[in-house]
Amino acid sequence: MEKIILPDIKDLHLIDIYIQHGGFAAAKKAFTKTTDDIIDEVKKSGLRGRGGAAFLAGLKWSFMPKSTDKPKYLCINGDESEPGSFKDRQIFEYNPHQLIEGILITAYAIQAKIVYIYIRGEYHKWIKLMQKALDDAYARGFIGEKMKETFGTDFSCEVYIHKGAGAYICGEESSLMNSLEGQRGYPRVKPPFPAQNGLWGNPTTINNVETITNVPPIINKGWEWFSKIGEPRHPGTLLFGVSGHVNKPGVYELPTGTLLTDIIYKYAGGVPGDKKILCVIPGGSSMPPLRGDQLEGVKMDAESLKNAGSAIGTGGVIVMDEDTDLVKVLARIAHFYHHESCGQCTPCREGTGWLEKILKRLVKGEGSSSDLDLLISVATNIEGNTICALGEAAAWPVRFMVTRFRDYFEERVSKEVSLSVKNKVHSMRNTSIPLAPVTR
Amino acid sequence: MEFKFNEENQNKLNTIISHYPVKKAAVMGALWLAQEQSGWISGEVMKEVANQLEMTLEEVLGVVTFYTMYNQKPMGKFHLQVCTNVSCMLRGGALIFDHIKLKLGIDDMHVTDDKMFSLEEVECMGSCGTAPMIAINEDYFENLNISEVDNILESLKNKN
Repeated sequence: MEKIILPDIKDLHLIDIYIQHGGFAAAKKAFTKTTDDIIDEVKKSGLRGRGGAAFLAGLKWSFMPKSTDKPKYLCINGDESEPGSFKDRQIFEYNPHQLIEGILITAYAIQAKIVYIYIRGEYHKWIKLMQKALDDAYARGFIGEKMKETFGTDFSCEVYIHKGAGAYICGEESSLMNSLEGQRGYPRVKPPFPAQNGLWGNPTTINNVETITNVPPIINKGWEWFSKIGEPRHPGTLLFGVSGHVNKPGVYELPTGTLLTDIIYKYAGGVPGDKKILCVIPGGSSMPPLRGDQLEGVKMDAESLKNAGSAIGTGGVIVMDEDTDLVKVLARIAHFYHHESCGQCTPCREGTGWLEKILKRLVKGEGSSSDLDLLISVATNIEGNTICALGEAAAWPVRFMVTRFRDYFEERVSKEVSLSVKNKVHSMRNTSIPLAPVTR
Repeated sequence: MEFKFNEENQNKLNTIISHYPVKKAAVMGALWLAQEQSGWISGEVMKEVANQLEMTLEEVLGVVTFYTMYNQKPMGKFHLQVCTNVSCMLRGGALIFDHIKLKLGIDDMHVTDDKMFSLEEVECMGSCGTAPMIAINEDYFENLNISEVDNILESLKNKN
């Protein structure tokens, strides 16, 4: 199996080794083509975004207005904060120059003169590694004014790293732009979309790190080659990050459409102690979880997972064995989204808090069966009623976990209804007869 | 105490400002530099950043409080960040957090009396494949267990 993003080449992060293996040839080739040709090539290749929404990259680029005097921007999204997702840091560490080359080609295709790579603040080490790669590329004349001479083109661009500071929401593209502009990272109402009204009101394209790293091979080998890898409707390879209860957790680059069971058992070495799988979240913590008995035959690509009742997300596979306390897991996920809600929209700000509170009650064994319906009701009231997708991200795990594991959750529910407010009327009568517990 | 960027950081800040068409966009970079220099973001830091970037104090405060990584109070020399999110939790991250809490006798976001250690329960750090993990200041320590955490804490104590 050919690896596109993380090939097995020693020291590929060094610019000399990267050039030895044909590095920057794709950029050179791209600069001889028209921008339309490149967008067309990527469109035909079927490359879809790797950041979660799996939107067609070429189509996204084509939204950038052609005739405008405004400056255009390209943002590379390396915020990578989805629990279960840890793929972009592999690219920063092992193949940063392919990312840089992809950036050059993309910037040329959309005619962006300034590129920002937004990297989460926790990644101090990977920011330094990426900065080193950028410095090397600048020194060789691959970026900046000098690239005109190096590549014999009249296009040039500058690439800067913007360091985040710990906010999951900044991985949402409009929030990322606000964060970059020096404001609080609040998501913006869409439309207008970034291609019309992005950074400082100018046309902007935002792509995921992994998406852009796919671009140089596509230009090198052509769209037909790429479109034949993996599932035709979602071609290419994906960096699957496998974590949780597996023997060999880590990042595996595999073609789309690889069986989920193959990823868990063949590549990640199966479950420790040969335990059964209770639950798998296939695409990062915000995606609908699958039951252990739903995994057979599930392929890992956007369309197949949609049919299986989940979504590909960022390809972060979280495996939980039969001894996992799902109520605790869900409470922890709910805590995360409550913590990360930016607080702009009431349904999300309040709803995520309620989800967490109810689930913590369940963890303590004080919840009732009606709490499970309440959870679904709160989730329903968040979904679709918020500016950005964090609402869905918070609601989906709760909705699908509770529906798909209803029997499991029912077992954990207290049979006694605990009244959080003491029955005041009764106590005022000062009776000596205690209230009988209400049972169901 | 009045805060001023030292010469090196002032130069770095000027470079960061030059990356953007408006000064305000450099606020995150400026706050990072200030935090490196003085360990936390005080009111004086915010005043200086606001002055330099032609922002109001409220705008800077808004940014500081939005992000979790800007310390709004002095933290320990070694700031321990323990991930307890799902992937780490499944492999014992929450146990490590509780263990450190007991061992150092401090709660989340507190500092030990000798100002050596501070503890923070953090959200996913992108180390799910090498879980459980803790980050100490800027460095990741991955694939841990309780005894290794003990070793790390001991070696940090001895380092002093």
